[in-house]
Parts: sequence; structure tokens; C-alpha cells
Amino acid sequence: MDELLRVENLIKKYPGVTAVNNVSFHVNGGEVLALLGENGAGKSTVSKMISGVEQPDSGRIIIEGKEVHFASALDAIKKGVSMVHQELSTVGEMNVAENIFINRQPINTIKFIDWKKLYKDTRTLLEEFNLKIDPHTQVKRLSVGTQQLLEIIRATSTDAKLIILDEPTSSLAESQVKMLFNIIKNLKKKGYGLIYITHKLEEVMEIADRIVVLRDGCFVAEKEVKETNVNDIVTMMVGREIKQFFGEELKKREISENYYLEVQNLTSRNFYHDISFGVKKGEIVGIGGLIGAGRTEMALGIFHAHKRDGKILLDGKELKINSPGDAIKNGFAYVTEDRKKLGLYLDYPIERNIPVMQYDKFSNRLGSINWRKVNTYVKKEIEEFNIATPSEKQLIGHLSGGNQQKCLLAMWMGLNPKVIIVDEPTRGIDVGAKSEIYQMLKNLAEEGKSIIVISSELPELMGICDRIIVMHEGSISGSVNKSEFSEDRIMQLATGVKCIKEESAVIGGTQNGK
Amino acid sequence: MENEIQKGSWKKIFASREIILILVLLIGGIIVSIITPVFATSTNILAMIMSITVNGLIAVGMVMLLAAGEMDLSVGMTMAYVGVVAAYLNAHGLSTALSVIIGLLVALLIGFINGYLVAKVKLNAFITTLGMNCALEGLMLVMANGRSVTGITNLFKKLGQGTLFGIQYPVYILFIIVIVFDLLLRNTRRFREIYFIGSNASAARLNGINVSRVKICLFCFCSLCAGLAGVLITARFGTASVTLGSSTAMDVITACIIGGASLNGGKGTVWGAVLGSLFLAMLSTALNLLSVNIYWQNFATGVILIAAILMDAISERRKGVGEVISL
Repeated sequence: MDELLRVENLIKKYPGVTAVNNVSFHVNGGEVLALLGENGAGKSTVSKMISGVEQPDSGRIIIEGKEVHFASALDAIKKGVSMVHQELSTVGEMNVAENIFINRQPINTIKFIDWKKLYKDTRTLLEEFNLKIDPHTQVKRLSVGTQQLLEIIRATSTDAKLIILDEPTSSLAESQVKMLFNIIKNLKKKGYGLIYITHKLEEVMEIADRIVVLRDGCFVAEKEVKETNVNDIVTMMVGREIKQFFGEELKKREISENYYLEVQNLTSRNFYHDISFGVKKGEIVGIGGLIGAGRTEMALGIFHAHKRDGKILLDGKELKINSPGDAIKNGFAYVTEDRKKLGLYLDYPIERNIPVMQYDKFSNRLGSINWRKVNTYVKKEIEEFNIATPSEKQLIGHLSGGNQQKCLLAMWMGLNPKVIIVDEPTRGIDVGAKSEIYQMLKNLAEEGKSIIVISSELPELMGICDRIIVMHEGSISGSVNKSEFSEDRIMQLATGVKCIKEESAVIGGTQNGK
Repeated sequence: MENEIQKGSWKKIFASREIILILVLLIGGIIVSIITPVFATSTNILAMIMSITVNGLIAVGMVMLLAAGEMDLSVGMTMAYVGVVAAYLNAHGLSTALSVIIGLLVALLIGFINGYLVAKVKLNAFITTLGMNCALEGLMLVMANGRSVTGITNLFKKLGQGTLFGIQYPVYILFIIVIVFDLLLRNTRRFREIYFIGSNASAARLNGINVSRVKICLFCFCSLCAGLAGVLITARFGTASVTLGSSTAMDVITACIIGGASLNGGKGTVWGAVLGSLFLAMLSTALNLLSVNIYWQNFATGVILIAAILMDAISERRKGVGEVISL
């Protein structure tokens, strides 16, 4: 098949980080190219440049032999590039049909939208994907997985020649993934070119023809799928031996006999139901599941960020937590997955961020802050958390993702919490910082903290956790001990194929441990 | 996935704000006319409709801006200033047609400046249009020297006072504009973009919608509606008053919200906005006829506005859309 897309020497810099550094590759018609790499490797940035959302600092994008310069997503769409973004880009207030046919609704002779045809076409498309939804349904009433499927339907039903799928399966059930793969195979036959971005390497082996691996923004390798295997790909992606990557073995750690933290029957009408589990001192418990399974919501529930029912016990005593402030006073820390929106004050320097919850500690009786003490403290923390920055006056927004994440950890660890919930602790940060954060979490476990790690990346959970609790559609679908860790088992629980509640010896609910 | 399938459609009809408003208007009208028979006379009803032409016209432009997630607080002074400009030119010998056209061009320019500052320069719409409102008031007072502008020609006056089949021209103008823009907003791709932008602007952008261009157009259109309202009100009174428009923006936004629009964008219809205006007009007429103290009118309007958004909030909650982090 002919060459559809070629990118040459793409470079994109953001303040503090070179996101894409001299990347070149091509895509042929009738082929699926898997773009691989860890979080922060630059896959999303590359695809955003190809789809016109971002503009490269330098380099060339050539479509069917002609160099193009996209000023916007619309330009790219006009030139036949369609993209399914990792972040949902559905429009909640509008209905299913209008979301799928956004800006290309069928029209009649007087240019009015042909509603009948719109809904008929939508029904046909929905049937192809085996989705039983009314085309009139407002999209905000649908689950995240269904919304993502709508986006895929939208992208694949345009007359684009090149389709970019960025993590299309991250919140799909297995049956839906199969449907997607059938559709991709059909598109291949019709001569479409696809760029497939994913973390799930089995999917790559099944659907892709060729892979391009990126690491830290740089091109690492290009291979035919037939000539490679999962282990090779992992080594190329990570660039080092995986064992040490998750931090040193814990030798001095003492895990308590009883559950230190117990969550009992935590329920919130909108997000999760009847969540019960326990965490021991010194234990790292992972929470796995698909996007939209209610993991973050559940964690925020423990933190009482919204109204919910259920009990939280610490050391056997029930806590009265009525607000995040209460939770913090009781020794809880919640390190958010969304450090930019919910974690940091981006327009403020490091020295104003790290001590933000501890000003009391540095004030005298009249409430006047001793800035010199604050400054000494901040400098100490920057060193301790190995934050790479020219000075403590640097704006947090200008740091790289990894250093921002370390600042966020420093901000919370300064409170000396007893229960630490970290939500997607390594999202969008480079490999080095990831490894450091794993080590930090392990050190905290060694200090006797109870740690809960929420993550969508299975290797990460399996690398650092003692036990993984899996959630599916707002409930706990099972729990897996370290000796039984396998991606298959966890994915089965996460997609709801299997539910092993009956083996719930390790799932809490029992008073004070065993 | 079963619960994603929608329920019966008659429920949907009752969920529509327009239907609720029509029912309220009918039932309210019947009750008031039983108490004071004057209410149901054709003169009174016509007067009521005539009284909403100004705010109703502006509401058509405003509801589209609200649907796109923006607002324009400068409509009051745009209206007054355009009225003064057109009257001034007309009184100084320019033909009626030319005076009106220049007035409307001024409105267009105001809208473009608002739109450019908000959509391109990314200034906050609230502050930008608030500033514009203040600036225009100053300009108007300078131009009119602080007094009403008089001396407009009879032809100009006819725009607001002339009748066809016993109904004044402005009512027809409002009616035509409402019908046309309601059809466009419901049925054309270009206008549907407005809802996508208001509901999720970044998604709209990713889907290839030129967000800033649409917003600039909407600011221009809203200003144009206000300008036209200014021309019509000047024609109707025969003078361009400098005391008009101080509460217009708030009244119009109130009407739009009662009609189902939201300051968060993504919602609102032309008919809803007009029915909202009509509802407020009926409320004040009814309270007048029932000789309720005029100050109670403000109170009633305020309570109804809050009740309208309360209704939204409650129905959202019942449909199960909750906040993960409640403040």
C-alpha cells in the first residue's frame, strides 16, 4: 500500500521539558502502526501534532506526499486525519446522535438538519457496535466506557484516511474491545491507515502490523510486530531491567497483624456501592480497575470530599470524618491524580506550594508566619525529595511533570500522615522520576504507613503492591495477593468477567483483621 | 447498560421548559383574568406583547450567547447608545434608512470589540462587557449632552408606532426574528455548533469547530439585536432617552434563565427566552392590575429566578449527576 503519512524530525518543547525530540516515522495505507512508550514518552504529543491540536516547533508532517501545516484540529480533519483523544471529547449536554455526527449532521435541500436520517444513521452505527442506546440520550448520562465508544464510532465513521486512536480501550469491556478490533480490521481492508497508541502490549501483538517505540521524547526503535515479542518491547520502552525499576526489596519492613485502616460499607449513590476493605500498617494495597470504575471517587469518599455512607475505622476506632479537613486532621493524605487541577497552585512558586498546609507550624501565637523558618524547611524538602529546580522560587507550573509530582508528595508527606492514598502517582512523568516515586512509596511503607495506590497501569500495581483490590462498576470485584498476581486475573476482575467476592478473606468488613 | 435506554417520551415533553412556561402562562392568565377581567382584553394582551419586543429581541441574541457559555452585560447601553446615535443623525438631517443603518453598524462594531476581546484575547466576558457598558453610557451621555435626543422624523417614528392590522411593526419584527432564529438554532449545523461550544469548548475545538469565530459572531449578533431594539424603542417614544437600559442586561438574562438557559452554557432555546420575557411581562402586568405595591414585583422576579435554577439543580440531582468533590 502507498505511504499515507510521514513525519520527519518532529520536535516539540514545553517549558522545562522536551516532550518530543527528533521523531520520524511513517504510516502506510492498510496498516496499523502501534506507537509505544511509557507515560511521558511523547506518544500523545506526537499524535496531537499529527492531528493539528499542537503545532511542532520544527519538523515536517507529510500526508500523501504533500507537506502540511495544521493550524487547528479542523485543518487536520479537512485533510483526512481523525483522532480519538485520550481525554473524553464528547459533549455532555448533547445527545448521542449529535455527538457522533458533530458538525457533519446529514442535511436536506434547504440545509436544515435531516433529523430522521441523523437518528437512522446513528442507529445503524450503534448496531454495528452492538450498543443498545437510544440515539436521543444525553451523553452525560452514559458511562465513561460508552462515551469512549461513541468517540471511536465518530472517528471511524468519518471519511478520514488516517485514524489515530489514543488509548481507545482504556475503559472498554473485553467484548467491546473485540468489536473495536473487528472494526479496525475492516478499516485496514478498506485501505485506511491507523496509529494505535496503547499500554496494553497484548493488544499490540494482536492488532498492529508495525511498532514504533519512543522513550523520553526520543525515537528508540521501529520493528515489524512479527519480528518482536512483548518482553523485547518492554525492554525498549523502559530502557532498563524492570526489577530494580520498582524500587529495592523491602527488608526492614514490619506489617501489622491487624488492619490499621478499615473501610466499611462505603456507599455513594452516584459512584460506588458497599466498599469494604482494610489496610495494615506497612502494607501497600493497590486499587485496580478500568477508568470509570469508581476508584478515584471511592478514595475521595474516604477523604469525605462528597456525601457518602459507611464507616471509616482507624486502629479499631470509628472516625468522625465530615470533610477533607477532618480527614487530614486524622492523619489521612490523598495525593490526587490530577496534580494540575486538584493538587498544586501552579501560578505560585515551590516555596509557597510545599508548606501550604503547614503554615500553622511556622506561625507564632498571633498567627504571624516566620518566613525564614518556612524557607529553611522548603529547601530541606527540595533536597529530600530530590526536586530538580534552579531555586525554591521557581513557579510550580514551569517544572516537569515528575518534579511537580515530587512537590505534591512533599506537600502531603510534610503532614506526616498515617494513611496515604496516592492516585495515579506516576501519570505523565518520565521513567527516572517514576522509579524514584516507587522507591519513596516503599520507604514510606517501611516507616509503617498504610498506603493505598490507585493506578490504571497494571505493571505498576504488580511491581509495588502487596495486594491488589480490583473495582468494577463501583463495586469491589475481587482481591489478589502478591503470590497470585497476573495481568489476566486482574483484567478479568476489572472487566467484570469474573467476580470472586466469595474468596473475600482478604477483603475487609471483618472487625479488626482476622 | 439497560438503564441507559430512555424512558417514555411524554415525560420528555414535560421536561421541556417551553411547555412548562406555556402552561404556567395559560393557567396564570386564566386565574388573573378571573380576578381582574381587564387582563384578558385584547388591548391589554397586545400592550403586554408590545412591552416585551425590546427585551424579547435582545433575549434572542442573549440566549445564543448563553448557550455558547458567554454573556453580554453591555446590551443595555448598546441599545441606548445606538438609539441616541440613530436619533442624533436623523435629527441632524440624515435619512431614516441611513440613520438606522449607521446605528446598526455601530452595534455591530460594539459586538465585534466585545467578541474579539473575549474570544481571541481571552478576557473574561463578565468584566469586558461590564466595562463596555460603562464606556458606552459615557459616550452616549457626551453625545446627547445628558438630555434626550428629540426631533426625529415622522418616518423614523413610524418604525415603532406604525401598525399593520392593528398591531405595531415591532411585534412583527420580533415575531419574524424569533421564528427564523429558532428554526436556524434547532436545525442547522452552523447554529448547533453553539451548543457544542457551550457544553464543552475544548471538545468542540478538538472536533474541528472554530470556537473563537463562532463566539465573535454571537457577540456581534447579540449587539445587533440590542441595536435594533434601541432603534425601535427610540422610534416608539419619538425621542432617544438617555435613561434607558440600566437594568436591561439583568432583565434579559433573567428571562433567558427562566426560559431554560444556563450561565454554564450548553442550554437554552429562542422560544424559551421569549417565553421567559413574556412570563416576566405578564407577572408585572398582573401585579399592576391587582394593584400590588410595585416593590413587590422585584421581590417576585427574584424569587422566580432562583426557583427556576433550583428546578434545574433538583432535576439534575434526581437524574444522578453528582459532584465528586462537593464544595
